Amino acid sequence: MQRDDIRKLLKDHRTHRLTRRQVVTRMGELGLSLGAIWTVLDRAIALPARAAAGGRGSQGTLKLLYWQAPTIVNPHLANGTKDYHASRIVLEPLLTADAAGNLSPALAAEVPSRQNGGVSADGRSVTYKLKQGVKWADGRPFTSDDVLFTYQYVINKQTASTTYAQYQNIAKVEPSDAYTVKITFKEPTPFWYLGFVGAYGMIVPRHALDAYIGSNARNAPFNMKSFGTGPYKVETFRPGDLVVYSMNEYYRDPNKPAFSQVQMKGGGDAVSAARAVLETGEYDYAWNLQVEWPVLDHMVAAGKGSLLTVAGGGVEALYLNHTDPNKDVDGQRSSLKAPHPFWSDLKVRQAFAMAADRATMAKELYGGAGDASSNVLTTPSKYYSKNTKVVFNLEQANRQLDEAGWKKGPDGIREKGGVKLQMTYVTSVNTLRQKEQQIVKNGFGQIGANVTLQSVDAGTFFSSSPGNNDTIAHFYRDVEMFTDSFGIVPVSYMEQFYSGDPMRDIAQKENNWSGQNLCRWQNKDFNALYDQGVKELDPQKNTAAWIKANDIVIDQVAVIPLIDRKSVSARVKTLDTAGNLSPFDADTRNIADWRRTG
Amino acid sequence: MTTYIVRRLLTAIPTLILISMVIFGILALAPGDPLGQFAANPDVPPEVRQNILHQMGLDEPIPIRYVKWATSWIAGNWGYSFASRTPVAGLLLQRLPTDLWVIGLAYLAAILIAVPVGVISAVKQYSLLDQIATTSAFIGYSLPTFFTGIVLIIVFSVRLRWLPFIYNVQVHDPVGMVKQAVMPIAVLALFNSAALTRFVRSSMLDNVGQDYVRTARAKGLEQRRVIVRHVLRNGLIPVVTLLALGLPAVFTGAVVTEQIFRVPGIGSLLISSIQNSDTPVVMAVTFTYAILVVLFNLVADVIYGVLDPRIRYG
Amino acid sequence: MSAVASTRSSGLAGVPVASRIGRVERPRYARTLWGDAWRRFRRHRLAMAGAFVFLFLTFGSIAGPWVYHVPINTLNFGTSMAPPSALHPFGTNDLGQDMLARVMYGGRISIAVGIAAMVMSVTLGVLMGSIAGFFGRTVDLVLMRITDMFLSLPALPLLLLTTYLFRDPLMRTLGPQLGIFWLIVGVIGGLNWMPTARLIRAGFLAVREKEFIEAARSVGVGPVKQIFRHILPNVLSPVIVSATLSVGAAIITESTLSFLGLGFPPDVPTWGRLLYDAQNYLDLAPHMALFPGLMICLAVLSINYVGDGLRDALDPTRIF
Repeated sequence: MQRDDIRKLLKDHRTHRLTRRQVVTRMGELGLSLGAIWTVLDRAIALPARAAAGGRGSQGTLKLLYWQAPTIVNPHLANGTKDYHASRIVLEPLLTADAAGNLSPALAAEVPSRQNGGVSADGRSVTYKLKQGVKWADGRPFTSDDVLFTYQYVINKQTASTTYAQYQNIAKVEPSDAYTVKITFKEPTPFWYLGFVGAYGMIVPRHALDAYIGSNARNAPFNMKSFGTGPYKVETFRPGDLVVYSMNEYYRDPNKPAFSQVQMKGGGDAVSAARAVLETGEYDYAWNLQVEWPVLDHMVAAGKGSLLTVAGGGVEALYLNHTDPNKDVDGQRSSLKAPHPFWSDLKVRQAFAMAADRATMAKELYGGAGDASSNVLTTPSKYYSKNTKVVFNLEQANRQLDEAGWKKGPDGIREKGGVKLQMTYVTSVNTLRQKEQQIVKNGFGQIGANVTLQSVDAGTFFSSSPGNNDTIAHFYRDVEMFTDSFGIVPVSYMEQFYSGDPMRDIAQKENNWSGQNLCRWQNKDFNALYDQGVKELDPQKNTAAWIKANDIVIDQVAVIPLIDRKSVSARVKTLDTAGNLSPFDADTRNIADWRRTG
Repeated sequence: MTTYIVRRLLTAIPTLILISMVIFGILALAPGDPLGQFAANPDVPPEVRQNILHQMGLDEPIPIRYVKWATSWIAGNWGYSFASRTPVAGLLLQRLPTDLWVIGLAYLAAILIAVPVGVISAVKQYSLLDQIATTSAFIGYSLPTFFTGIVLIIVFSVRLRWLPFIYNVQVHDPVGMVKQAVMPIAVLALFNSAALTRFVRSSMLDNVGQDYVRTARAKGLEQRRVIVRHVLRNGLIPVVTLLALGLPAVFTGAVVTEQIFRVPGIGSLLISSIQNSDTPVVMAVTFTYAILVVLFNLVADVIYGVLDPRIRYG
Repeated sequence: MSAVASTRSSGLAGVPVASRIGRVERPRYARTLWGDAWRRFRRHRLAMAGAFVFLFLTFGSIAGPWVYHVPINTLNFGTSMAPPSALHPFGTNDLGQDMLARVMYGGRISIAVGIAAMVMSVTLGVLMGSIAGFFGRTVDLVLMRITDMFLSLPALPLLLLTTYLFRDPLMRTLGPQLGIFWLIVGVIGGLNWMPTARLIRAGFLAVREKEFIEAARSVGVGPVKQIFRHILPNVLSPVIVSATLSVGAAIITESTLSFLGLGFPPDVPTWGRLLYDAQNYLDLAPHMALFPGLMICLAVLSINYVGDGLRDALDPTRIF
């Protein structure tokens, strides 16, 4: 009874029928102690009276649900995306970027450009002006020295930082005064915004990490209890389970953040994470919901929450092996010396590209979480090529194979010169992917191929261990399927098709399978365009080069792109996340602006 | 008996050394590496990868890595987690209370259900009660925990809105703590009690027909006394075996159930550490488990002797 | 030396054990342990019902696809998640595939895996447990420490390692289907014998000291005969229980294995896998979980009743 009374009081309070004082008085009449009343008011209910005033910390606890649990809250030692998201609540980069690749300032005062003199015309340097008066969560001032320190911390190879690659091209970082810092590059580059931007670019405080640079990095208390210039600081951290954040009292905007506490809970699986937000409302926000679309759709129908999606989750693609996975040459299969028995025939590759039913896959499995894709390079959106299209035509595919001399045998499987269209098709263990496999197998079967499906534990499949034959880099199968994710700059993404120096670029025994080109495809035209794209300073020409490079990959069917995936997150109806997600920065990048509305 | 225990404890040492070698070997040779997530990410250049491996000590031959691990383990240093770059012992201690509270209670509940139900269904074999107990035990056993877990969530969290299904250690009030623990405990207790009931029942049945029971009855002892004093005592031997096998598992937690309800126990730590090839954590958990297995099997053997004085280990 | 007499001796109340050792009390008509057992088994109604259901499931899985010609893999999103109807008696799954066809096909694999893995783990467990329990001392010590070791091995990394080492060689020598089948059976059976071994050993420790064994020993019965003829029949009931339970466990474990990429190819349905695939669709299409779940339950339940019947039938303390 009593609890119902309290609930009713709080409801009246929310709908402004009672003032806060009236609520407190009446609760007192119900026999509650004053302490209990305040707890009830503060914890259980978002108070619109204070929220309307926009006061800092007026909205209680925000609960985030990440089914991959954060294990470290220092972004430069992160093990995966979840760690960047967990760190980004606390730390900030100089610039952030939206889905289209447009930059906006975070700790920088403005976005450097040619016009404002920040970006040098020769592509050799960039100068940032920093926001003034920003303080770390312990009250010390943030200055250009911290930017320099972040560079020193990451670039020290003994630190073993996982964001190292973004800073490789930087020759030096020079603060010219407390709020100006100049970054000089080793090679002229159009991509000056690679370091210090987005999830990989968070600035860490010198005074917290100075003693922990290099091989001592893992001993820093900061890794478990980070603080920064962002709206929150880490209060308690249980690796793999829960991060509790409290407000940063020194945050530069006095009215933000709205929530007094943030909890980031980790673990479990994507489906139940979606359920906790969309069906029961137990949590406010859930990240990365890779779930079959009908299941998500059904949950959204419960009416408790809605989905947030943003393009740029990567392209799910069929990687064709251009070398023979069944022939052992000098102690390795898939050797460059042995071309693939049937993928080496362009006509065959083109026919199979027409036999993959991407539209059905997009519609039935991905729904709002992905589109059928005819390109490999789709993000940032300015690189999206309009010269290709999705074709699904079994008749034409069959005709093309007939014409190319691949005749159907008595078992319905095509063959030519003793080579049968027989293939093993592997991907990681994942219910969605196993369904994609069935759709692809169905199409391939109808044009006379015999497809054996295989799935490998994700931990093994994506591992880089040279001793294991089941990794994507060894590629001891005919076809493999996975998603490679984009960066704000297309260079590292497109490197997977590059073969300027085959011994270095193509994954093989000689380089311990560390080459990025996994499908072992080689094309001189592509290489030339790639080289141009890395250097070209003229923005229009640069973009054109990358689009052309994409078109070659598609025309030559180096791989068969399937789905342009979107990142999907869910939020309860009453949570306003103030703006869109970005594939280049964490979902939590603007958490200072999040607020409850209902 | 004392000499037996001493001898067993002494043999436990070489056994554990051997076990640690085998486990270490399996973990070192098993596919997957701690950099898994970075393999698909071209942004991490090979030299950094090499550095990370070096920091983790993974660039040395397996025997040397084993010796290093063993010496520091004896010195009380369980190593650093690869994923969190933090001491393993701290990670485990952080999760142990939750583990004992949820998994331990579930195990206790399973025993409290299984022993009486098993005894009654043996004493009243083929009665209606026995049939119901048998059938529900088998339904409980044939449905995997991932399945019963989801059914409970859909019924009690989604439809009825009675219970939360995400376990949160920040909840401190007693009602909330009980509410969030109910479903994981129920799932585990159902599964464990199902098998246990069957064993109790069958071992009771074995003894109900024995000579000494007839003798006891012939002496005019009342039924309840016969069952509790005589049959149960002898019927407990297989049950003790199963408990000895089960108790160390309380420490390692229940992987699937912990995943479903996001209970931050050692089971969920173990599974995520295995997935990330976080070898120091996996090694610490499995080796502690091995010690407990050896220890509890010794305890079981001692209890056999107490329950049935005729048992000799000669 | 009559096996029947000696194993049953402990059950005949009031008669001095020594007098039952010889051929003194020959029954009126020729009775053997197994003959008696079969007679008792037939009288056990639930056991007969269990046997019938289990045979029906097995037969249906083997012969069903010969009669019911619907393919298991045809995709048809037009009829996805359709509830049971005349056209699809068990409904369809989210890809529009016929559930009846998949359940029947899956039954073949699941039942075969369940039985084979059970036989393997029980055989291993009985061997290890009885040898350790019978001989005691050093043999017991060594065998039980080996058991301890297997108990404490981390299952998941071990499974990954096993696949990595043995999948390709097995598939090459036995062919893809059979190779994976034996790999799965080997893995499940090879990692589940330990509880049986400990149970059997505990039983042996208790029975070994009983008077009738002492008697058998004193008249010079050899160890092998003592183990299999005299002691084992007295400790069979935990074996039967763990055997019947392990069939169900193996069916479930198989589905877990396929999610490590260790099981059958992803488009091959098994009961465990069908149940696993259905979990996200519980409130959308409950029939997807109902039928495979029901089949597993029925199989486990029927095997259990058969086990109960066997237990009663083989119980040496029963007179009729």
